[in-house]
Amino acid sequence: MASINGMKHAQAIASWLLLTLLAIPALLGVAGIVLPSLGYSSWSSEESLSLVAWQDLLGSPGIFHSVLLSVIPGLLSALFALMIVFSFLATTAGGKTLNWVRRITAPLLALPHVAAAFGVAFLLAPSGFLLRLLSPALSGWQRPPDLLIINDPWALSMTLALIMKEVPFLLLMALAALPAIQADKRLAVARSLGYQRSTAWFWTVAPALYPAMRLPLFAVIAYASTSVEVALILGPSLPPPLSVRTLSWFSDPDLTLRAQACAGALLQVTVTVATIGLWILGERIIGSLLGHLRQSGQRHFGARTFNVLGRSGFLGTFTILSLALIVLVIQAFAGRWRFPANLPDSFTLRHWSGQLPMLLEAMQTTLLIAAITVTIAFVLIVLALEQQIKSSRQLNHQLMLRLLYLPLLTPQIAFLFGYTVWLEKLKVAPGTFTVILAHLVFVIPYMYLALSGAYRGLDQRWSMLAASLGVTPARFLLRIKLPMLLAALLSSLAIGLAVSSGLYLPTLLAGGGRVTTITTEALTMAAGGSRNTIAVWAMIQTALPVLGFAMALLVPKLIWRQRRGMEGFMQ
Amino acid sequence: MTQKPIPSSAGGFAIHLKCLPFLVLLLGAVITFQCPGLHAADPSRSVPRTWQDTVTSARGQMVYFHAWGGEQRNNDYLQWVADQVQSLYQIELQHVKIRDTASAVSRVLAEKQAGNTLNGAIDLLWINGENFASMRDNNLLYGPWAEQLPNFTLVNAPQYPEMRHDFSVPVEGYEAPWLRAHLVFYYDSAYLSAPPRSMRELLAWAIANPGEFTYPRPPDFLGSTFLKQALIELTRDPDVLQQPVSQSNFDAITAPLWQFLDDLHPKLLRQGRAFPANAPEMRRLLADGETLLAFSFNPNDPVNRVRQGELPESIRSYTMRSGTLANVSFVAIPFNATHKAAAQVVANFLLSPEAQLRAQDPDHLGSSSVLDTSLLNRTQQDAFRALTQKHPSALPESEQGNTLQEPHPDWMPALESAWMRRYGVN
Repeated sequence: MASINGMKHAQAIASWLLLTLLAIPALLGVAGIVLPSLGYSSWSSEESLSLVAWQDLLGSPGIFHSVLLSVIPGLLSALFALMIVFSFLATTAGGKTLNWVRRITAPLLALPHVAAAFGVAFLLAPSGFLLRLLSPALSGWQRPPDLLIINDPWALSMTLALIMKEVPFLLLMALAALPAIQADKRLAVARSLGYQRSTAWFWTVAPALYPAMRLPLFAVIAYASTSVEVALILGPSLPPPLSVRTLSWFSDPDLTLRAQACAGALLQVTVTVATIGLWILGERIIGSLLGHLRQSGQRHFGARTFNVLGRSGFLGTFTILSLALIVLVIQAFAGRWRFPANLPDSFTLRHWSGQLPMLLEAMQTTLLIAAITVTIAFVLIVLALEQQIKSSRQLNHQLMLRLLYLPLLTPQIAFLFGYTVWLEKLKVAPGTFTVILAHLVFVIPYMYLALSGAYRGLDQRWSMLAASLGVTPARFLLRIKLPMLLAALLSSLAIGLAVSSGLYLPTLLAGGGRVTTITTEALTMAAGGSRNTIAVWAMIQTALPVLGFAMALLVPKLIWRQRRGMEGFMQ
Repeated sequence: MTQKPIPSSAGGFAIHLKCLPFLVLLLGAVITFQCPGLHAADPSRSVPRTWQDTVTSARGQMVYFHAWGGEQRNNDYLQWVADQVQSLYQIELQHVKIRDTASAVSRVLAEKQAGNTLNGAIDLLWINGENFASMRDNNLLYGPWAEQLPNFTLVNAPQYPEMRHDFSVPVEGYEAPWLRAHLVFYYDSAYLSAPPRSMRELLAWAIANPGEFTYPRPPDFLGSTFLKQALIELTRDPDVLQQPVSQSNFDAITAPLWQFLDDLHPKLLRQGRAFPANAPEMRRLLADGETLLAFSFNPNDPVNRVRQGELPESIRSYTMRSGTLANVSFVAIPFNATHKAAAQVVANFLLSPEAQLRAQDPDHLGSSSVLDTSLLNRTQQDAFRALTQKHPSALPESEQGNTLQEPHPDWMPALESAWMRRYGVN
């Protein structure tokens, strides 16, 4: 009995810790910018309530255009990525393609946003890889044409890169959730009624799958509408999206602009929430529309569309991302490479040898921080999920779901600035510890997203069955439940590793600039480096998550070689 | 806090027992004040009288040097500096690689807001221009200290006033000079034989050859530098630029600049609908063959990049005929730096002939020294002379004189926001 009680206590404490970790930093951080936006701060000469910062913000040229440039990538990237993933799953449901796809998705997912953006930029630029392949033989161009492809005013190239990047993410989320909703059985029933495969999937599996996709989709919208890194590389600049402008006000040495930056960050929060609101509205409309269509009983509904969109969408994503990756690899080893040569004149290791000493140190720090962060997050999430399942009150889960949005919806810069001030107030010196605390805030939501669907979806009767056979809850958790969820657990660990190692602003601000990870190093070098140096760091930044995801895929396969149903992703 | 006078022994040895606890306290206070070891972590309280005291109290300290980390050469150079100050002064120098100096300014600001006045995270900061002006205005800097550095005499400040003026703002010992920089243009001579040598020639050339030039988008530092260079050349009365903006008619003075940009923009790469974000991106455009002309604020940057294979061998460097913007970059100590003594020792080392020689060496940092070499001994002078760049891509000796003074730091944000209003939204 003692161990049961201990377990219960641990679960209760974990739930509260998790809530605290999600809510407190985000709320305090945002609180830290509300007052400055209203004129209360040590950098304004007079401390009194004023709306000057807000007036300046709303009066700055092209501000509504900037807001629009937050909304467009947010909505379009989520919409297109979802359409591609669902069409693809509908087309390939129950087939063999999915096994093959799973293997190639992991490395694509692991490609960090920054690396992908650099890759896409060099692929599509007028002097980029694609036009080098076509020139001069096909195009006749000896010098690059003057075309506005990347940094286009409507953020389309940026949205394209975000779609490419989110398709693997949503696909992995869907694949992780599918076993829990017994997709294969739903499909079998619908097909026995004569529905075409993709139509059957769309009418029976998709409605059950979509609720599990909502959180990831909101995360995609929030990321796309607030991303600074991708927008800096591919986004428009006249004017840039709101997030980029806010950041530039923050880092302006004219300290009076900071109040405006705080107001901008709050506007960004509003815009992101509104964009998600638009999405929910769209959900309702499309949902009721589809409800009518479903009753038509057409056995081939949409099959052709799904086929075309799913296959071409996925093929496009796969091709562009792989080419971006290949281009990065070539760049990292390239000697002289002038337009319109298809390949570099020579290859060299020079770009790597210069970076090696920095690389080893940064890699150590990155791994240490990621390991501690992911372990803490993992234990807390598993314990909290356990408590949610046991507890009859739904309060915890609802509260958790809401709080989960906080770190994802709050523009990083908005609460990190406040977070730094609070750490300072409490006289906590910046260092590894403060970075881990900041990382937890971002890692927990993604790991929770990756885990909760599968975890909560697991058939409750397993535990009843075990209990009736006299197995203690702790033993059931360790010996039966966790092994059954192995694939989902490992993919959440891999996501945790990828998120932690890829965090830039949290590492930079919470670590006082003293904590150097591969990502901070990559972005610092990108600020002044050649394309080759950038490519080297992009590859290093990619290597770590790739290894993580590869393990997450391979380990369950190896352990459950004899048990097909346990491999997790199988339909 | 000032040291209390040590109680005299006039009272003799007749210590009344009642006084004993008080005396013990007093004795404790005296010991605490006189023992330097107890205050080692807080050097700001003990003001060393001589340079030797500074060096002594610096021993064993860490120095967090926040400096732009975007270039391998810089990072390698600072690693060498770290090795040197470790063996010479037992100072552990940590280069904190930052992307832009403003982020360090905001860090000090956050610390000030939080009431952290003694244990700041930044000990030394690479800085100049509007960042310096802003930190100085907000009392975020420690000082004055710079002119007390033994090596400060080597910059010959009486002869070179730019060592005491940062963008025309008096330095007053709140930062120590480190490196010189000036604007240099470079072009691909394989496609362009006679580059434009004035802003008017640049406009004429751009009209004849559309899409071959662009500049970083202000408020990027180099983009704003281009605006200042053009303004100095185009405005009727450049002397006004040495005064704060408020003392002049901004619209009238800048009108020729906007006219020039209105004409130039449609002829830029992408017809001025998109600009490179910063200097490296502008350089990449030239390396990729998208443009033919670019510029840098490190006169040795083009030749360094050619030697690294990043730019083609056909690159040539030059400066504008009427002169080129020049400035000095400095190192400063935040008001709340934890290790002020060691930071000064490092700043002094950066000014040593040895460190400056390596800074100018094209095989190492490849920058320009702030020292007046005529004040050095014969061997050192020879060493500096031996460093002259012979590479065809380097800036010819004949192009190196004729520098223009930076405008007052007020002008930079004023020009930037005016640019944003005019061209910031398509």
